[in-house]
Amino acid sequence: MDFLRDPYTFVANRFQEFLTGLGLAPEWVLFISFLTGAFILATSAMLLVTMLIWIERKIVARVQDRFGPNRVGPWGIFQSFADLIKIFTKEMITPTGSDWLPYNLAPVLAVSAVLTVWAVLPFTVTFYGVNLSVGVLFVIALGAVGEMGIILAGWGSNNKYALLAAFRAIAQLISYGVPLAITMLIPVMFSGSMALNDIVLAQDVWYIFLAPLVALIFFVTNLAEIGRAPFDLVEAESELVSGFNVEYSGLKFGMFYVAEFLHALTVSLIFATLFLGGWRGPGAVEYPVLGIVYYTLKTSLVYFLIILLRASLPRFRIDQMMAINWKLLIPLSLSLLMLTALVYRLVFTQPHIVRVLVLLAVNGIVFGVLNLILARVEKRNSRRPLVAEPRPVARAESISSNTPVE
Amino acid sequence: MTPLQIVFLLVAAITLFSAVMVVSIRGMMHAALFLVLTLMGVAFMFATLGSRFFAIIQILVYIGSIAILIIFAVMLTRNIMDAEVASLNRGWWFFAPLALLIFASIVLVLSSWSAFATLRDLSSTSGENILEFGKALTDPNGFVIPFEVASVLLVAAMVGAVYIAMERRGGRG
Amino acid sequence: MIPLSWYLIVAAGLFVVGIFGVLTRKNLIGILMGVELMLNAVNINLLAFWSYLYPQSLSGLTFVAVVFVAAAAEAAVGLALIISIYRRRTTVNAEEINLLRG
Repeated sequence: MDFLRDPYTFVANRFQEFLTGLGLAPEWVLFISFLTGAFILATSAMLLVTMLIWIERKIVARVQDRFGPNRVGPWGIFQSFADLIKIFTKEMITPTGSDWLPYNLAPVLAVSAVLTVWAVLPFTVTFYGVNLSVGVLFVIALGAVGEMGIILAGWGSNNKYALLAAFRAIAQLISYGVPLAITMLIPVMFSGSMALNDIVLAQDVWYIFLAPLVALIFFVTNLAEIGRAPFDLVEAESELVSGFNVEYSGLKFGMFYVAEFLHALTVSLIFATLFLGGWRGPGAVEYPVLGIVYYTLKTSLVYFLIILLRASLPRFRIDQMMAINWKLLIPLSLSLLMLTALVYRLVFTQPHIVRVLVLLAVNGIVFGVLNLILARVEKRNSRRPLVAEPRPVARAESISSNTPVE
Repeated sequence: MTPLQIVFLLVAAITLFSAVMVVSIRGMMHAALFLVLTLMGVAFMFATLGSRFFAIIQILVYIGSIAILIIFAVMLTRNIMDAEVASLNRGWWFFAPLALLIFASIVLVLSSWSAFATLRDLSSTSGENILEFGKALTDPNGFVIPFEVASVLLVAAMVGAVYIAMERRGGRG
Repeated sequence: MIPLSWYLIVAAGLFVVGIFGVLTRKNLIGILMGVELMLNAVNINLLAFWSYLYPQSLSGLTFVAVVFVAAAAEAAVGLALIISIYRRRTTVNAEEINLLRG
């Protein structure tokens, strides 16, 4: 019964008892149990990603009116494993003149930077790697490590296109890091803690109801951070050959590929943690095993939205991408931060329903004002729409009647 | 030897080695990459000192901003300092023993100090209290003046950097 | 646990290496990297003394925060100056920037 209620704590305690029974010092027990936990978590994350790749391909195919993978196994469910085997057996080509260490370190950094975020994610009330007191900052800082991976890839592969794409990717990541950090401050402000599990514990009301606009900005910013459509300028095939990973092949390319999908999953997890109440739901505190179900449901909702956006939106131009960030997202998130801080301070002692209503009203007003400003900007910059003039058309009846076509 | 001590010695060796590489390697790009490694090692030391906040800030500020800025600057000014030109000036054979001498004398002075081998106080391993730190930074009786001076410094540096590095049109300057 | 002396020795080593870099590097960016190393050594020392001697006090942390801000400002302005010099004189070699030598 204890096992069913909270399998994680049960197994962890048994494992630690076992290690202590072997006569190990307590610090070694701690070390080994953390190492084992990290290994299991990382492996399951990687396995999850192989499934996610299949799900994503299937959903995108459905949106585009195709079948998607449907050959390997029922509904093509083993397609990712087939791809995996192919990628494992491929030759890994090292380009001439490449810088050996940066070239080989880059894919490792790309995967590990994303995977390390999982150390601070709370999966249930008891199941988390560590409830780090600076968890939010940790998530932002690991973005910097990912950037380093991209620079190393661009530099190490001795290719102009790779370097250009890396510069472009870094410009995008650094720019979008600003609104990302600002919007992540708002859940911290509401909960009074930077530890992710404490933020979840403080969410009696999901923060998306207290700050819907901020959640939207956070979502858009994260789309840019993971380089998904409509912000997939990093791999704009028409401009850069294939992005900073042109020169990578075989397993090394596979690592970048896995890192991208893992990053998308990770930001969905972070979004669910910060704005959708994480593992919270009816009975999740008494029965921690339920928490993981709620968390999975919320995360898959966010992930589904990301896939849907990827399948339906075209890519921005690079100047548009920068303009959206510097002229819209950063001023908006800064003013929302100040406004939310002020209003939340005023209604701090009120019951939940009043807080939600007041903050929703504030967000509505901000949205209305934003809409007015954007409409005026749009009017000022409006150009003649590029619509084709009516042209003479060759029609069947005009040919048959032998009249000259105008 | 506890596991922490073994890991610390390893990281310290890597940090010092890469610091030496930063100042002695020929290609500036490689020096910048070794600088990143050194900064990582320093971040690890902050973490073992019980300051999680500054360990993360080290990664965020140094690796996320300063190191990337340096790498960009190296790439923008590349191909001038090519590999044939010596990367160190003529005085290096004089400064290298001098540096070793300074290091030896620091160690000597420290080792004659009675508190040199102090063991760590276990009460501080839980990490710093960020809440208290944040309050102190905005408390008029605390550190509000250093905090404000630092923010003014940052704004001034930002404006100055933009002004200096801006490409002026119209041939002026 | 790790003795205080280990931190101090590592910090001293980093500082000395930084001084060596500042004195001997020809490239301006290399000099800047040396300065960064020295600032990092200072930070290790500050945090080590804070952690071992005054863990309840917040002054040490404030010092470290100010050093961080100074380092960021220094890197931003320094690199802007280097880029500006490079644009006008197409060199980042400290020995060739001698207009004021007369």
